[in-house]
Amino acid sequence: MTKSDRSEKRFINILLASGLSIIALLLAVFLTLTIASMPSIKTFGLAFFMSRDWDPSLEKFGALPFLYGTLITSTIALVISIPFSIAISIFLGEYFKDGVVSNFLRSSTEVLAGIPSVIYGLWGLFLLMPVTRYIQTAIGATPYGVGIFTASVMLAIMIIPFSASIGREVISLIPTDLKEAAYSLGATRFEVIKNIIIPYARSGIIAGILLAFGRAIGETMAVTMLIGNSNFLPKSIFSPANTMASVIANEFAESTGISAASLIYIGLVLFLVTMLVNIIGTYVIKKIGLESSKEVT
Amino acid sequence: MFRWMKALFFLMCLLMVGSFNAYAAEGELIGAGATFPQPLYSKMFDVYFQQNKIKINYQGIGSGGGINQLIKKTVDFGGTDAFMTEKELKDAGAPILHIPTCLGAVVVTYNLPGNPKLKLTPVIIADIFLGKIKKWNDLSIQSLNKDIKLPDLAITVVRRADGSGTTYIFSEYLTKVSAEWKEKIGTGKSLNWPEGFIGQKGNPGVAGYVKQTLGAVGYVELLYALQNKMAFASVKNKAGNFIEPTPKSVSNAAKVKIPDDTNVSLTDTSAKDGYPISSFTWLIFYKEQNYDGRSIKRAESLARLLMWMVTDGQKYVEPLQYSPLPKGASEAAQKIIKAMTYNGKPILN
Repeated sequence: MTKSDRSEKRFINILLASGLSIIALLLAVFLTLTIASMPSIKTFGLAFFMSRDWDPSLEKFGALPFLYGTLITSTIALVISIPFSIAISIFLGEYFKDGVVSNFLRSSTEVLAGIPSVIYGLWGLFLLMPVTRYIQTAIGATPYGVGIFTASVMLAIMIIPFSASIGREVISLIPTDLKEAAYSLGATRFEVIKNIIIPYARSGIIAGILLAFGRAIGETMAVTMLIGNSNFLPKSIFSPANTMASVIANEFAESTGISAASLIYIGLVLFLVTMLVNIIGTYVIKKIGLESSKEVT
Repeated sequence: MFRWMKALFFLMCLLMVGSFNAYAAEGELIGAGATFPQPLYSKMFDVYFQQNKIKINYQGIGSGGGINQLIKKTVDFGGTDAFMTEKELKDAGAPILHIPTCLGAVVVTYNLPGNPKLKLTPVIIADIFLGKIKKWNDLSIQSLNKDIKLPDLAITVVRRADGSGTTYIFSEYLTKVSAEWKEKIGTGKSLNWPEGFIGQKGNPGVAGYVKQTLGAVGYVELLYALQNKMAFASVKNKAGNFIEPTPKSVSNAAKVKIPDDTNVSLTDTSAKDGYPISSFTWLIFYKEQNYDGRSIKRAESLARLLMWMVTDGQKYVEPLQYSPLPKGASEAAQKIIKAMTYNGKPILN
């Protein structure tokens, strides 16, 4: 065996070990969560997700309000963010690929993605909360200022940079000959965007949106500060509510026994929900990716 | 390349060994627990280090954590805001002693035009936090505060969203004074609050929301309210006096008969000029100090430190706006420290 052969082999082994350790890590997280939540799983079973009680002093636990709160805030945030992130990605990927304006805008979105979420939370408390309160007073709702609406708007702002930067990346990768062919046939810019760019980049844009959804589901600090932390099923879009991530962050430090196990059970569910979103995402991307390449060619 | 990786591996090993160094050198004591007294302990331990060259490392990880760490024997002493429960004491395996080090209190803070000084009775506080009194100009509040014109404003209740000793003390008080509270909500670090309340994280979260919201009411630690110059209410105590919460009136709450183990709940105190939502914070440690191969020297330096904290060290309590132990409580603590043993023999004489 020559020296280069051996180093080749060593290199492959390192790659293999790193790859396997990721799988092992995923399994370890899953197992730890399952084992630690066993007391709660045994006591409450699947009814945990149907029950609305969250009473640490009586040791009765149910996760429905949190599951609901997480899904509703993330979905609203996604709906708000989609038009903005698509617009930004088309603008940066097609209209202003380079130049001072584009560079400035691009680095601004990247900086937005890097801001710690506690700072978003603080900003939300000082700006978004009074604005929401003003809206609530105007339409005659209870002026809490915090709640589902405030948290969702904040989440939308936080996730736009993610979907926008992936969208921009994909759009700028579209082969120029495709676009030039369309222009040479007399297509307007809008027609090129509608018939070439969007179909071609669809899988990438959707991938970005799903990634953003995953981030919205797991977001903790900013949501805790703005959602009002009320362990009840919300009655309106302005009601205070709570999410899975936020209830864990709030209550875990001082909880013991069955209430700690129930919080870990919520963590397990959060883990599974994020995994499910990712699996669906990969599937959708594969499927749409195949279709769109058929459409364009 | 390979040599470089070896170096990296070696460095990582070194770092890991460094972080496992939990039981520190002789002459250094380790404690962990409640966050509420942490600023005071930092000050005390700093002074103690300058005088006696004994280093003390205290980590504020919460009362529950403090109890766990002591039982796991990774610390010399723990800090807790609540006296250990019978179950926790049983889990500890050997007798554990508690000594109070200072007092804390919970105040009802609010945001009203002009921030007047309100007077509140236990029943009114319970009714507000049960969601039964919904307006500030409710007859019960207005008739008690005749010299203030209360506005026709909805009350927004803010509570702690995280599990906390503050919530525990507040709910313990309300459980004692209101049968309805006892039945519907009870005592705990986190509670099943009525619908429509806002939860915020930590004292700063509650205080921040109250400050921004006209008509809001919440509860925070006295220390926090004093430092942030917030408005808070005087509360009627068991003797029928309206007491404004101050470090002094909180200390007065402990002017009651202190049992030998200092396991006394000071909420709804019978002391006639004591603020009724007050509580001790404790340090906890094993009675028999010879465990896990501890040296007698280590046991002695712990006992001396504790003795100093409840006697000479008390002069650092008030400047930091905490409430010092009254004489009776300090004497009870000294007696407990003298009961510490090493191989069954008293450590201090």
